[in-house]
Amino acid sequence: MKNFDVEYVAELARIQLTPDEIKRFNSQLGLVLEHVAKLNEIDVSQVEPMAHSFPIYNVFREDEIRESLDREAALSNAPHQAQGLFIVTKVVE
Amino acid sequence: MELTSLAVHEVQALIRSRQISPKEVLEALGQRIADVDPRIHGYLSHDLKRAISEAEEVDVRLPLGGVPISIKDVISVKGHPCGCASKILEGYVAPYDATVISKLRNAGAIPFGRVNMDEFAMGSSTENSAFGPTRNPWDVTRTPGGSSGGSAAVVAADEAFAALGSDTGGSIRQPAALCGRVGLKPTYGRVSRYGLVAFASSLDQIGPITKDVRDAALLMNVIAGPDKFDSTSLADQVPDFTEALEKGVKGLKLGLPKEYFVEGLDPEVEKTVRAAITNLESLGAQVIEISLPHTEFALSTYYIIAPAEASANLARFDGVRYGFRAQGTSGLLDHYGKTREEGFGQEVKRRIILGTYVLSSGYYDAYYLRAQKVRTLIRQDFATAFEKVDAIVCPTSPTPAFKLGERTSDPLKMYLADIFTLAANIAGICGISVPCGFLEEEGRKLPVGLQILGKELNESILLQVAYAYEQNTAWHKVRPELG
Repeated sequence: MKNFDVEYVAELARIQLTPDEIKRFNSQLGLVLEHVAKLNEIDVSQVEPMAHSFPIYNVFREDEIRESLDREAALSNAPHQAQGLFIVTKVVE
Repeated sequence: MELTSLAVHEVQALIRSRQISPKEVLEALGQRIADVDPRIHGYLSHDLKRAISEAEEVDVRLPLGGVPISIKDVISVKGHPCGCASKILEGYVAPYDATVISKLRNAGAIPFGRVNMDEFAMGSSTENSAFGPTRNPWDVTRTPGGSSGGSAAVVAADEAFAALGSDTGGSIRQPAALCGRVGLKPTYGRVSRYGLVAFASSLDQIGPITKDVRDAALLMNVIAGPDKFDSTSLADQVPDFTEALEKGVKGLKLGLPKEYFVEGLDPEVEKTVRAAITNLESLGAQVIEISLPHTEFALSTYYIIAPAEASANLARFDGVRYGFRAQGTSGLLDHYGKTREEGFGQEVKRRIILGTYVLSSGYYDAYYLRAQKVRTLIRQDFATAFEKVDAIVCPTSPTPAFKLGERTSDPLKMYLADIFTLAANIAGICGISVPCGFLEEEGRKLPVGLQILGKELNESILLQVAYAYEQNTAWHKVRPELG
């Protein structure tokens, strides 16, 4: 499959693949993409796309304060936290 | 008969009439797990003490009063780990109950244990679990199917009374078929997904895996219905599903889709499924050949839409708010890249890459948009069919349970395991798999499943047909030999 560049796509997906994975995924996903090219056999020019099985659109509720997770619970699973905050990797030098 | 081999409705009757206490039920279950799970590896963890203390508070007069229900590791149970069988959620403890869990509790059930699955529900064999595969109780050299392979295996091995699973492309029905149990995928939106870790949001549904059809109806009564925490849940009223059970199939029109009896379908599976359909005919159903002309495009459609949605959903695993974080990274990009490289398994990475690609600039129209259009055609196929028939009958899986390791190096071959189940998710309709016999390979009995598909919101017809069939056969009473 031309134009399928695993390394570039992995960068978009924020996954640092190993050279071995890049090689393997290239051939495995190449085969999958060849298979899905089957969809080109159908004329879909007059067909509406379907994102979802049911025509549910916006679901609204009153904008009122209700119970939610407290800060402690929300932070409880963080790999690194302090003083009620998530500690992240340094972004700005 | 052993206590643990009872169905939910049977054990609940004993609890309700005080012939046995919920604590004794849990102790028997704990013993059974200790006896057989080392061979099956269906459970990732379970907390018997905690379950017993919860059992003491339970009102045994409730519909599921005192009955433990095992939970796939993708559904949040407050205070318990929820890991999606992934390293990236290592140590994560759910801070709230999923809506299905609250509903189970309100009905008196005790959410029990975390059962194994393919990582993030991506797979058809449970071999993609970061914690090792589950084995099929009928032949421990084979897979139980997947992704809800743990759910199906523990129910089949009588180390659970029933289990919850999730179904994105067949992940409830296919393992239920391969393990000889009942598995129901409700209509898209019928059951709230609040608290279910998302894989492909336009396809995912939670549903039960049970020992018989009555149990599937009982569990559906409890878990179905609208939920203000899930804006995709349907507002429609939920009937009492047990009312459908005794109606019989006399006069019903069942469609036999000719596209489902093609090359790739194991001849022995075909024979078994055809015999089941003949049986339904003898009970008074009328069987009509129908056509679902876009069936051959379902697999391709699915393997664009599901990975695309997964790539977006799994972007949240960034090593900041929860779960695993890679050590010794330099800078933010390195932090994301290494965390996700080390945290995700092979199949999850493959699907994120595939999904990211089909959504990427320049390819979106060619892949994703086109797949969404074909999706419309697949849905129309079913709508047309349901103008003529009440339900569709076909095989659940093209083959019986396959050997561990047989398909792990060939993703496309693995994907074919779901060829008969994924169209229901694409169309948003409901489906059930019921045991319909066995075939023999290498001297082992391997179960075969009959799939029944119904129009959206018509789970009742599935239960009606499945129950009529089950009452006329004894497949659901056969147990694997585990000692």
